[in-house]
Amino acid sequence: MSRFEYAPAPESRAIVDIKSSYGLYINGQFVEATDGKPFKTISPSSEEVLADVSEAGPADVDKAVKAARKAFEKVWGPMAGRDRAKYLFRIARLIQERSRELAVLESLDNGKPIRESRDVDIPLVAAHFFYYAGWADKLEYAGAGDDPQPWGVAGQVIPWNFPMLMLAWKIAPALAAGNTVVLKPAETTPLTALAFAEICQQADLPPGVVNIVTGAGRTGQALVEHPDVNKVAFTGSTAVGRAIAKSVAGSDKAVTLELGGKAANIVFEDAPIDQTIEGIVNGIFFNQGHVCCAGSRLLVQESVYDEVLARLKRRMGTLRVGDPLDKNTDIGAINSAAQLAKIRELSQVGEDEGAERWSPECELPPQGYWFPPTVFTGVSQAHRIAREEIFGPVLSVLTFRTPQEAVEKANNTPFGLSAGIWTDKGSRILWMANQLRAGVVWANTFNRFDPTSPFGGYKESGYGREGGRHGLEAYLAH
Amino acid sequence: MTTLDSGVDSLADVTSSEDRLRRFLLGLPGVDQVGAEARAATLSTRSIKTTAKAYALDLAIRMIDLTTLEGQDTPGKVRALCAKAMRPDPADPSAPQVAAVCVYPDLVATAKHELRGSGINVASVATAFPSGRSSLAIKIQDTKDAVAAGADEVDMVIDRGAFLSGRYGLVFDEIAAIREAAGDAHLKVILETGELVTYDNVRRASWLAMLAGADFIKTSTGKVSPAATLPVTLVMLEAVRDYQESTGLHIGVKAAGGIRTAKDAIKYLVTVNETAGPDWLDPELFRFGASSLLNDLLMQRTKLATGYYPGPDYFTID
Amino acid sequence: MRKTYKLYIGGAFPRSESGRSYVVTDAKGKFLANASQASRKDARDAVVSARKAFGGWSARTAYNRGQVLYRIAEVMEGRHEQFNAEVAASEGLSISKARAVVDASIDRWVWYAGWADKLAQVVGSSNPVAGPYFDFSLPEATGVVAVLAPQDSSLLGLTSVIAPAIVSGNTVVAVSSYDRPLPAVTLGEVMATSDVPGGVVNLLTGSASEVGPWLASHMDVNAIDLCGIEDADEARDLEAASADNLKRVRRPAEEDWTESPGLSRLTQYLELKTVWHPIGV
Repeated sequence: MSRFEYAPAPESRAIVDIKSSYGLYINGQFVEATDGKPFKTISPSSEEVLADVSEAGPADVDKAVKAARKAFEKVWGPMAGRDRAKYLFRIARLIQERSRELAVLESLDNGKPIRESRDVDIPLVAAHFFYYAGWADKLEYAGAGDDPQPWGVAGQVIPWNFPMLMLAWKIAPALAAGNTVVLKPAETTPLTALAFAEICQQADLPPGVVNIVTGAGRTGQALVEHPDVNKVAFTGSTAVGRAIAKSVAGSDKAVTLELGGKAANIVFEDAPIDQTIEGIVNGIFFNQGHVCCAGSRLLVQESVYDEVLARLKRRMGTLRVGDPLDKNTDIGAINSAAQLAKIRELSQVGEDEGAERWSPECELPPQGYWFPPTVFTGVSQAHRIAREEIFGPVLSVLTFRTPQEAVEKANNTPFGLSAGIWTDKGSRILWMANQLRAGVVWANTFNRFDPTSPFGGYKESGYGREGGRHGLEAYLAH
Repeated sequence: MTTLDSGVDSLADVTSSEDRLRRFLLGLPGVDQVGAEARAATLSTRSIKTTAKAYALDLAIRMIDLTTLEGQDTPGKVRALCAKAMRPDPADPSAPQVAAVCVYPDLVATAKHELRGSGINVASVATAFPSGRSSLAIKIQDTKDAVAAGADEVDMVIDRGAFLSGRYGLVFDEIAAIREAAGDAHLKVILETGELVTYDNVRRASWLAMLAGADFIKTSTGKVSPAATLPVTLVMLEAVRDYQESTGLHIGVKAAGGIRTAKDAIKYLVTVNETAGPDWLDPELFRFGASSLLNDLLMQRTKLATGYYPGPDYFTID
Repeated sequence: MRKTYKLYIGGAFPRSESGRSYVVTDAKGKFLANASQASRKDARDAVVSARKAFGGWSARTAYNRGQVLYRIAEVMEGRHEQFNAEVAASEGLSISKARAVVDASIDRWVWYAGWADKLAQVVGSSNPVAGPYFDFSLPEATGVVAVLAPQDSSLLGLTSVIAPAIVSGNTVVAVSSYDRPLPAVTLGEVMATSDVPGGVVNLLTGSASEVGPWLASHMDVNAIDLCGIEDADEARDLEAASADNLKRVRRPAEEDWTESPGLSRLTQYLELKTVWHPIGV
């Protein structure tokens, strides 16, 4: 039998120029941190140190907020919408021009396959800036009244799973609405945010409109609790989101939160089977499962359980785990040692609770943080791996008999971010979509994102929406 | 979605009446167009370099049915084609031979004569190719003439009119009749996917052809646009994979028409590899129906071997 | 004959399970009535009723909900005189000013009734995604909303915090003004005698400061309106308690109930659901 072995097809690293160390980006300049401790950012696929990064201490955060306030009052606030728009269009263009470089940088720092950062992340980043650029001079049509006002200074904290995309989701609407921002990227993935700072310089964005303060939990807390921040936007874990909601209680701060999920991906017996398998695979293995809206619970109709599982396992056998910079890699590295430990722990819990664990044969590289795509069968609602977010390439499989039962199981969770429905029957698609308590419902597709399409959760998956007209509303006082 | 019992016996049940056949075909899982096309697009992003590319180029050449199907074909034209089939690269005798030469029935004898001893098969179109609009008697005779002239393989067309009007029994019976008339020759059944339009139809037609005795299912005549596309071939590969799961039988797939570049051909091989699986990476089970593709494969092969870009003057036209 | 003022829970009028009541006086201090003093268990029962009613209420057509709200207005109109007297006594207004307040309240029910079948058009959207997908966003009710009604505006303010929540399909547990609860009880009677299904609106008379924390920390309450909390520290604590299940919180603010309400309270208790489906043959 012939074997078609794909030779290595690496994307070149030469296109990126990573500095050995980075300062904080405040008031249009890279400056040294005054009271923080520098830390390293590594490439999770090789554990190689990529750069030294500054930690913004409380004094640095204060400086950044002051710069943002000044820029808001003197420059960005009074600026006409159509002029703000031009800066945003310019930024969008610069992102497109540097797209290959940014994709490589993202894959190096985050661990995700270059195919994803090149074909999904970075194009969406540019698209978000384009979309919101066009809103800047049309705010009176946004549905927030005929003379909507920005909040002022927005403090934004983003996660490590889609670093530059999460930055775009936060900064683009904030700026379009007339706010200035101080943004803290995740501590394991600061590099594309710092590249974005350079892009702001290249775009001649007025100093102070965007400020990037790198750091970890301490920095984020200082930012969120800063008294002169008017609007807080956070994407991350439900636990931290809860803490933020508590900390802003009694203040005037507006808050939006985009938190965790444990989405049900529901497969009926009449689903278009081959595309459904792709949807299941995409739902949980895209981005190594580091996705808040991942289809991490497969709810399959009992009548087709055997067939779906057989096809799923066969398909999982063609997934390629390896070097994120190899263009043929499907599954990259786990973002950090800490996250890998969590995934391993919960997977062990799954086994201990009696679920059956399966992974295809996978050769994992010796260095770096890796986890093979994994499926647990024989899972029920009572299992921890059916309730807790694993945030890794681990799928829990449950069964159901009727649409009503599928809905009950799907909704039986404190989360409510997303859900998937696979069936050929139109009325059932709409009935299920109606019943599912989730902010995003994908029917006969999964993990689709677009700047025009509002994204966000019900219940403990957070509140507020990002994307679309509704995403803009979050940044206008009303 | 129908879960099929193992073995061919239960499928014989399915073909025992037109009614049963229709219900079986309509009960096959649907194909979501957007999803299928997205999967094909993702497979197209595979980057095949160096050793993998060398393997793929040679394999693709070996999978070619070098084709001429023009009204203006003459014995001279066919002789030139056969010469190229046997020695594709004038400068490199190590270049592999193609799988077959594909011609109209009345030129089979000429091709057979030219290719004697080479191991390259002669494939003939038949059954009132390309439209298929003629009586069954004529289609059977067309087939018998081709086989009598020495054709090793017969590429027939299905009756698309009958298929689109739901007369699956008629389509089935015709294929079965041609299967018999073809004798020992391999039967490829052309679905003409461009006229079937939906992927659901392509899946159903694939199963119908396999149930009726096809050795290969083939996308197109090349005379209708669109001819072969990656998503359509993907769906057909899924069908042969599923058929093999159900019956143990390996049926081949031929993608014909519109595949002109080596880059495209490699995408097809990736798709074969990751859909039906490595068993199908063999000229016995996968073919390209093409003519200009061969030269692009040869040029890429030369570039890989020598490191510089060749020009068309260094390769022969057929 | 004197009237007994009870709680309105699940479509019925129970007394507080605690057996407690408290004295309600008019604006001048004269005795008006004993009102039931709602306890945390009453709040708990009210939340159970509200949750039970939510499935049916949110599944009704928008048209139907609009009809129900309109009927509330009709029945209120029929009890205009009763309301005039209660508002006048509670708020210390002249009868003519009280009448104006009751008129405005009825008008407000009518205004909100008209929103039921329009919200989806104003708030929803079809989203032009860059691919072959039909993509639309629709508002949905968030669930059970706890409302701590304004302390001063006993009918107009009360209306203005309940109507926007229920018109979109939410169900409500409201704690009325402590000092001015009587119009709330009468409103409960209006609801019981119109077409409002039991449990859609639950009215608790008593102290928002006492009952509020139990509602704020209740894990089966989806949103909370802190309007009736006048102390900033108390409001902050309630907001912090609400964070445990990420309730959607509306902070107290200066309100002019006579102004047109705008969309703010209407959209406060809405979730937005975005649905994608491929477009293909």
